[in-house]
Amino acid sequence: MSHFRADIRQRCEELVALYPRKRSAMLPLLHLAQENDGYLSEEGIAEVAALTGTTPADVRGTAAFYDMFHLEPVGKYVVGVCTNIACLLAGGEEMLEHAAATLGCAPGSTSADGLFTLEESECLADCNIAPCVQVNHRYVRTTTPEAFDQLVDDLREGRLDHDVPSHGTLIRVKRQGGLRVSAEDIAAERSVAIAARSARAEAAAAAAAAQGST
Amino acid sequence: MASLDAPRIVSSRRDFADSFTLTRYLETGGYVALRKALTMFPEAVAAEVDVASLLGRGGAGFPAGRKWSMLRRAPISYLVVNGDESEPATFKDHYLVERDPHQLVEGVIIAAYALQVNQAFIFLRGEFALGLERVQQALNEAYAHGALGAKIFGSDFSLDIVVHPGAGAYICGEETSLLEALEGKRGFPRIKPPFFPAVTGLYGEPTVVNNVETMSNLPWIVNNGGAAFAALGAGRSTGTRLFALAGDVKNPGVYELEMVKNTFRDLIFDPALGGGLAEGRRLKAFVPGGVSAPWFGPDQLDTPLGQDEVGGLGSMLGSGSVVVLDDASCVVRAAWRITKFFSRESCGQCTPCREGSGWIERIMYRLEHGGGRMEDLDLVLDLCDNIAPGLSWPPQQTTICVLGPSIPSSVHSALTMFRDDFVAHVNHGGCPHD
Repeated sequence: MSHFRADIRQRCEELVALYPRKRSAMLPLLHLAQENDGYLSEEGIAEVAALTGTTPADVRGTAAFYDMFHLEPVGKYVVGVCTNIACLLAGGEEMLEHAAATLGCAPGSTSADGLFTLEESECLADCNIAPCVQVNHRYVRTTTPEAFDQLVDDLREGRLDHDVPSHGTLIRVKRQGGLRVSAEDIAAERSVAIAARSARAEAAAAAAAAQGST
Repeated sequence: MASLDAPRIVSSRRDFADSFTLTRYLETGGYVALRKALTMFPEAVAAEVDVASLLGRGGAGFPAGRKWSMLRRAPISYLVVNGDESEPATFKDHYLVERDPHQLVEGVIIAAYALQVNQAFIFLRGEFALGLERVQQALNEAYAHGALGAKIFGSDFSLDIVVHPGAGAYICGEETSLLEALEGKRGFPRIKPPFFPAVTGLYGEPTVVNNVETMSNLPWIVNNGGAAFAALGAGRSTGTRLFALAGDVKNPGVYELEMVKNTFRDLIFDPALGGGLAEGRRLKAFVPGGVSAPWFGPDQLDTPLGQDEVGGLGSMLGSGSVVVLDDASCVVRAAWRITKFFSRESCGQCTPCREGSGWIERIMYRLEHGGGRMEDLDLVLDLCDNIAPGLSWPPQQTTICVLGPSIPSSVHSALTMFRDDFVAHVNHGGCPHD
C-alpha cells in the first residue's frame, strides 16, 4: 500500500524509469515526497527508499545534506529572505527582521498558526530585485516592508494560491513525450554513428599523412 | 563610452514577454540551427565550437571545445548541463532558464548531437521553481515538435533530456559534486585525479558537463559559424557574455556585452547599463566575478571585461557577476556575510574549509558586531593563509575542490584594501556605520 497519493506514486515510478540507475531519482523523488506531505515524513522516506532500492537511513542521510529538504514539519508557506551580499547591501537583514516581526517567528521557526516558516536564505539568484524574497521557492518580488505585509495578507486570504502552491510542490508541469525507443535500438544507433565517426577520422588522418608524404 | 553594437547572442529575445514559448521561439529563428546541425557530421559541429573558442561560462572559463575533444579516447556517454547557479550575486542562468528555455534546449540537443550522446540531463537548482517548470514545458514542446526524442527531425539521431532538480546546496555547482547529486547521493565533490568528468563522470562513464550559458550560445554559433563568434571579443575571450550587475548601482540587471570591448567602468556607469551609483556616492570597491573572486578598487575600473585581462590583475571574471560597494557600505560587514555563506555551504569533507570557514566567520562577526581585537586582523590573515597558502591568485589548494580556496578572497581583499576600516571597527567596538 503506497503512502503517496496515487498521482504522486505514478510520477515517482515514471521518474525512476527515466534514469539509468534507480538511485539517481533520489532528489526528484524527495521533492515529490515533500509535495505529498509538506515535509519528509517517516512514511515518505521509507517509500523513497523502496523506490530507489536504498534504505530509509540512506535516504535520510542524503536528504539531510540538502537545505530544501525538511525532516521536520514546516508551514504551508516557507518564506525565504536572502541576506547574502547583494541583498545585504539592499537591506536584506532589515527585511528578515521585519518578516520575523510580521510573521511572529524567528528565522528557522514556524508561526504559531502553523502557516509560515521563516528562513534566512543564501543567494537566490534574483539580485536585481533585492532584497529577494521567495515563498515556497517562487519569487514574490516584494522589496519593501509594506509589500511584504501585503504578501502575507494575500497568502493568508488565499489570493495567491495559483502562484504559490503549498510547500513541497515544486514542478507542476508534468513531463510529456519522451524517447519511446528501446535501449537496444539506441545502442545500435549509437554504435553505428560512432563507428562512422571513427572511420571518417581515420580517413582524414590517412589523407593528411598522404599529403604530408608527397 | 560603452561599446554596445555587438549582436545579442543569448539574450536576443529579452524584449518579448512570451520569449519562453515555442511559438515565439520558432518565430525568431528557433530550431533552425538544430536542423542545420543535423545535416552536418557531428565532428563538424564540434569543430565549429572549437573555432568559436567558446570559453565555459560557468566560472572556470575552460574552453568548451576542449572539454568535448577529450572524448577522442572514449565516446562520451552522458551530457550534463550545470544550471545549479548559486554563486552569490550571479543571476544570468536564472534569466536564461526562465526567459529562453528553448534556446537552452536547442543548445543541449546540438551539443548532444556533436558528442553523439543519447542521454542528457539538465541539472537546475531547486530554488528555480519557475525555471524548472519553464524548461520542462520547453522539453514537452520540443518532443511534440519533433526536435527531441526518437529520430529528431527525421534524422538518425535520438535523444532524451531529463530535468533534474537540485535541492539547495551551493557545492553542487562543482561538477563532480553535481554528478554525485545526480547519482542520488550527498553532494560531496570527488577526489581528483581524475580531474575531468570526460574521463570518469556519471556512473564512472565519460561525461561532459557544461554550463547553461555555454549551451545557450550553441544555436547562434551553428547558425553563424564559429568564425563569426570568434570575431567578437579579443584574445582568448571570444563572443559575448552575460554580466550580472548587482549591489549599489542604479540599474542592477543582466547585460549581454561583447567580451573585452567594454570595461567595468562601462558596465557600472554607462547610462544604458548600470547607470552609476546613487547621487553623491562614490565607488569603494567591487567584486569582479562572483564572491569567490578577489575584489577590485576604483583603480581597476578601466580593466576590460575579458578572461585574461581580469586574470592578469590577480582576480577572475568567474561567473560574470559584478557587485558594487559604495562608500556608505561597510566592507567588514560585506566580507563577514560572504564568509558566513561559505561557512554554511562548506560540504565538510576537508578540514581547512570546514573549520577555517567557521573560524573566520566568527572572527569577522565579532569585528563587525563588537568584541573584535586588534590581533584578530593578523589571525584572520593567518587562517586565510592556512586555507590557501601564499594567498596568491589563482590560489594554492589544500582541499578537494575550489570552495576552500575561495573563502579567503573577500576577507583578504577587504583587509588589505581597507585595513583602516578594520582598525576603526576594533577601536569603535563594532561597526562605526551602525
